[in-house]
Amino acid sequence: MKNNKSFIGNMFHKNGRALGSIGYFALLMLVFLIGAPEAWMRPNLHQSVFVMMPTLIFLTLPLVFLVASGEIDLSFASTYAVAAYVFAIMAKSGIDPALSILVGLLTGTAIGGLVGALIVVFRLSSLVASLGVLFLLRGVILLLTNSRSITLLEIDSHWIYPVLVGKFYGFPMQIFWAAIFVIFCYYLFTKHVFGVHIHHVGDNSVSAEQMGINVNAVKIKAFMFVGFGAALGGIFTTLITYTFFPTQGFGYLLLALAAVFVGGTPYWGGLGTIVGAVFGVGIIAYMEIGIVAIGWSGTWRQFFNGLIILLALLGHRLHGERVR
Amino acid sequence: MQPIIELEKVTKRFGGITALNNASLKVNKGEVVGLIGDNGAGKSTLIKTLVGVHTPDDGNIKIRGDKVNNWNALKAREAGIETVFQDRALCPQQSIVWNIFMGKELRYPFGFIRDKEQVAEANRLIREIGFTSKLINAESPVGNLSGGERQGVAIARAIYNNAELIILDEPTNNLSLNETQKVFDFVLNVKKSNRSVLFIGHNIYHVYDISDRFVILDRGEVVHHLNKENIQSPEELMKIMRDTIKSH
Repeated sequence: MKNNKSFIGNMFHKNGRALGSIGYFALLMLVFLIGAPEAWMRPNLHQSVFVMMPTLIFLTLPLVFLVASGEIDLSFASTYAVAAYVFAIMAKSGIDPALSILVGLLTGTAIGGLVGALIVVFRLSSLVASLGVLFLLRGVILLLTNSRSITLLEIDSHWIYPVLVGKFYGFPMQIFWAAIFVIFCYYLFTKHVFGVHIHHVGDNSVSAEQMGINVNAVKIKAFMFVGFGAALGGIFTTLITYTFFPTQGFGYLLLALAAVFVGGTPYWGGLGTIVGAVFGVGIIAYMEIGIVAIGWSGTWRQFFNGLIILLALLGHRLHGERVR
Repeated sequence: MQPIIELEKVTKRFGGITALNNASLKVNKGEVVGLIGDNGAGKSTLIKTLVGVHTPDDGNIKIRGDKVNNWNALKAREAGIETVFQDRALCPQQSIVWNIFMGKELRYPFGFIRDKEQVAEANRLIREIGFTSKLINAESPVGNLSGGERQGVAIARAIYNNAELIILDEPTNNLSLNETQKVFDFVLNVKKSNRSVLFIGHNIYHVYDISDRFVILDRGEVVHHLNKENIQSPEELMKIMRDTIKSH
């Protein structure tokens, strides 16, 4: 009990989980480098990863806030599609794409807020309730679109396209937006009242309430942020692919959740790490793409994803039990 | 002079149970009021109603003579009332500094935290309260602390804000003699600076020593308001309490 009081102990307590996931990331890179050096040296492997990572970052980092607040959300994978649909249908009908994006983002945030309010006000299980919303919203999308895609071939003639997903000295712009998002989330989580309250609410909501923190409001805001991140992911992907398709986002559901936990955020609330989650995203993205790149059949992918998740969780056990 | 806080005929029910029945109580400036009663008498419910954690079903709460509306925990703190709850209201996975400033963080514009200032203040406070181990600093997680040290964090939080009224709910529970003495010293210091304390306990000796006035609660009702001048000893106070319970 007394062994964590030193400076190094505190450092470890504060950063151990992030350092852990950086370690797993480095280990994974090493395995790839040794196992398949030629594939590793090919730039297109890393390019594909960098196309996938921004979307996954937009989805994953807000989930760190939510999980740290003691809740969970699965519905984001459908919110992703609803926001993208709102954007696509508006842009398709000739409304200014920048405005359409804004409305799409607001839609995602609003859905997050509604899901959060539903869970918090009626004291529902966030796992089960958000599972319900996941299916419900996906159903709405399929009904609205009649399962048809929407293509936006002319979208790249608008100024917003190169700003968001164009190329800058060969690098896709979404990398820069994702980097800004990471920095924003980092400061919000560790240096802002919202992030601090997230920690308190997830750690001990009774204490937080007694100290005058509005627990429900903090949680609803966290759900809104998840909705916002999902909308960002959906809209970016739609821009990059010029297409909205009604099943989009579903594939990210488990990947984003895996990235949160592989990244070192524990499931029990009160703790979380943005830096760790970024590396968690890196691990998941390299697994998804790396397995195929090194010439193995894609059928191995899920097997290795599962293995990595379990190994990472076992590793994070080293950071100890929840203190009470 | 107006009392700092006044509870007027407050009733609080939980389902079919009446936890507080027409309870009235006030605390004046510079006095230490001891609230005593058996387990289950409603002491904690009274405190939580007073500081806005529970909403009363009936009755009024007045701050410096003014009736309050939509009273809640944040408003109570903003009105200069700090509480050391029985469970200490800490978040064990978070640092001492985050716990001390929980809900009342020092902020820059747009809600960013004044990190360095908070850490410096917290380090000063934990020295002032007298933490034993030198290894403890404000960035240690609360979960690594002993019971007495945790109580120190809760008290540090209560004194930082220069509260006019500090409410201590069973503050000496599970503390060593040395730590209990520290709590008493703290109460006397608050009183010396002409601020007020509402001290809740079921150890009559602890309450008797430091209080100016006693309020006895029994089964949700305030049954006695007593001044210390009229009570000769803790034994007499104990007898009054016992007689009250018997007469029910």
